[in-house]
Amino acid sequence: MKSKPLPADPMIRELIRRAQNSTMNRRTLLSGAAVGATGLALAACSTGPDELTAAPDTSDTNKKIRWDNWALYVDIDDAGGYPTIEAFEAQTGISVEYTEAVDDNNTYYAKVKDQLSLGKDIGADAVCLTDWMVARLIRFGYTQKLDHANMPNVANLIPSLQDVDFDPGREHSVPWQGGFAGIAWNKEQLPNGIKSVKDLWSPELKGRVGVLSEMRDTMGLIMLDQGVDIEGKWGDDEFNAAIDEFTKQVSDGQIRNIKGNAYKEDLVNEDTLAAIVWSGDIVQLNAENGDKWDFIVPEAGGTLWNDNFMVPIGSGAKSNVEEMINYYYDPAVAAEVAAYVNYITPVVGAKEAAAAIDPELANNNLIFPDEETLSNAYVFRGLDNSEEQKYNAAFQSVLLGSV
Amino acid sequence: MAFAAFSSSTAPAAADTSRKKSPVALLLLLPGILYLVLFFLTPLISLLLTSLKAPSEFGDFGEFSYAFRWENYVDVVTAYWPHIMRSFGYAITATFFALIISYPLAYFIGVKARRWPLLQSLALVLIIAPFFISFLLRTLAWKQLFSDESFLVTSLKAISVLAPDAHVTGTAFSVIFGLTYNFIPFMTLPLYTTLERLDVRYLEAGSDLYASQFHVFRKVTIPLSMPGIVAGTLLTFIPAAGDYINASREFLGGTGTQMIGNVIEANFLVLQNYPAGAALSIILMTAILVIVSIYVKKSGTEELL
Repeated sequence: MKSKPLPADPMIRELIRRAQNSTMNRRTLLSGAAVGATGLALAACSTGPDELTAAPDTSDTNKKIRWDNWALYVDIDDAGGYPTIEAFEAQTGISVEYTEAVDDNNTYYAKVKDQLSLGKDIGADAVCLTDWMVARLIRFGYTQKLDHANMPNVANLIPSLQDVDFDPGREHSVPWQGGFAGIAWNKEQLPNGIKSVKDLWSPELKGRVGVLSEMRDTMGLIMLDQGVDIEGKWGDDEFNAAIDEFTKQVSDGQIRNIKGNAYKEDLVNEDTLAAIVWSGDIVQLNAENGDKWDFIVPEAGGTLWNDNFMVPIGSGAKSNVEEMINYYYDPAVAAEVAAYVNYITPVVGAKEAAAAIDPELANNNLIFPDEETLSNAYVFRGLDNSEEQKYNAAFQSVLLGSV
Repeated sequence: MAFAAFSSSTAPAAADTSRKKSPVALLLLLPGILYLVLFFLTPLISLLLTSLKAPSEFGDFGEFSYAFRWENYVDVVTAYWPHIMRSFGYAITATFFALIISYPLAYFIGVKARRWPLLQSLALVLIIAPFFISFLLRTLAWKQLFSDESFLVTSLKAISVLAPDAHVTGTAFSVIFGLTYNFIPFMTLPLYTTLERLDVRYLEAGSDLYASQFHVFRKVTIPLSMPGIVAGTLLTFIPAAGDYINASREFLGGTGTQMIGNVIEANFLVLQNYPAGAALSIILMTAILVIVSIYVKKSGTEELL
């Protein structure tokens, strides 16, 4: 469009001139704004102090806990209340704001990491995350040191979890619930059942197998199947052998899909007939959809993981949280939670307490596993920084189909 | 160059004329400019700076420091070019199908149904009604409909349209289907608004001049509805190219159908590789801007936008 000659009317000429003038001003203003925005952008990204200090504890004056946890991970009654939390509130006068804010370790971390790195409050005083993520948070100094004198009941913690490599002496984290990753299958469609990861690769199951998008569980099971001790000193060779197998099964179309929590829908609508799954989910799926699935920890071994309480660096309610942890380590309370969530409770004596509520519950091997089941479950060893990057990248590139 | 396509290109001719300020205009502009600076310009610059970051020397997982590491762009293009191509391939295909489906629909509502205003508004409601339900729920519903044991898929297998071991979910078909389905109203509504104003006397005039029906459609209807076509295709193509819900493994996609949005998500949320995610976002933005500006120039409708 070419600029037209100005009309003859002097008044209109003047108006147009003014309008053009103000465009000029807008331009200068905009360029000034751009400079300001650069400054803002830089300020927003500035890095925080290296050494983080815990926020002062105001538990005595502020009787409040904000607790972020996974979905369906504490007892819920029909009215939507949380019986054990309500009992704790009545007992101690501390109010608990319970939020189902965690649906994935990585996404939760991505949400709060900037505040954590500045030592700021993340809007939660207690968070339950999985071992490896807690390991990362402890390594970064993002968690507060817990005082075991305030939590005498934690002596009930089962011995195998008292000393873990990422947190010797449990100074920064205390287990909440744990579980296995193993194999589940549709009993109606596969009456012969599944015994090992190799059975998942059988031709009849082509395109009907699901695996978890949690690297440590899927890779852990495949590595165990290949005879690797995932708790021991394995390295790139063992991981690469497993990722090659995994890549092959994905590109051949044997594995239908790789999912997080949503794998349950695929089992229900029968897109997948067998899958690598988390133990507690199958108990719940069977309760909701009729007893349709079976679960085993394969003979070669399954993975065992725990979700752990930790207090973020910016929280001012550490003593309150310690009081709550202490409460949940009472075997009777632990049994009440276990009866609802169907995962493994780490509290010694909870089984006996559960037997008093419901003997069948106490005999459920997935909630109160016996020695034999436990001896077959392994914890994926801790990864250092470069391993975590390397293995995550390799696993994600299979998920993104770029291998 | 890309921006030039959109600007009305009035040359800053009268720059030297009187320098009188108009404080009222500035004052009125201020809130808008502040908004743009705070919520558009700042994040954009932050994104650009992030895309050039390098891993910190002794840093832990997900720690990066400011640098000028332009190789990030080379790295992501080498690693993810199939996803970039796939995104645009899927988006163009979905836009094409949305246009094919929407045009007759919009023509019917906007031109043929003019005599029955009630029918017109009813049809419009039917197009918009699904949007009262969440995008995610609708996509999940399709996932159920397309599942292996669903009525639809088992019937198609029974009449041998699908091979016995074929799947629908997790394939390119289901992703493109989802994109088309989810963005169709963005195509139909702009088409409807232009076709609704179409003066049928032009079509009659065309016929009076012995043009065939097809000729009238091609020479009269299409050019007159061009603004709607351009707006509709843009409104469909741009969000479709960046979409990551339909192609997500949790919804209609699989490992073989991941689009650029899924790659960006994985880099930001799982791999904590912010520079790669940021570089991909900038590439996506630039690519869309270039494609759209070429399209707008070629279709010669910049004055209609």
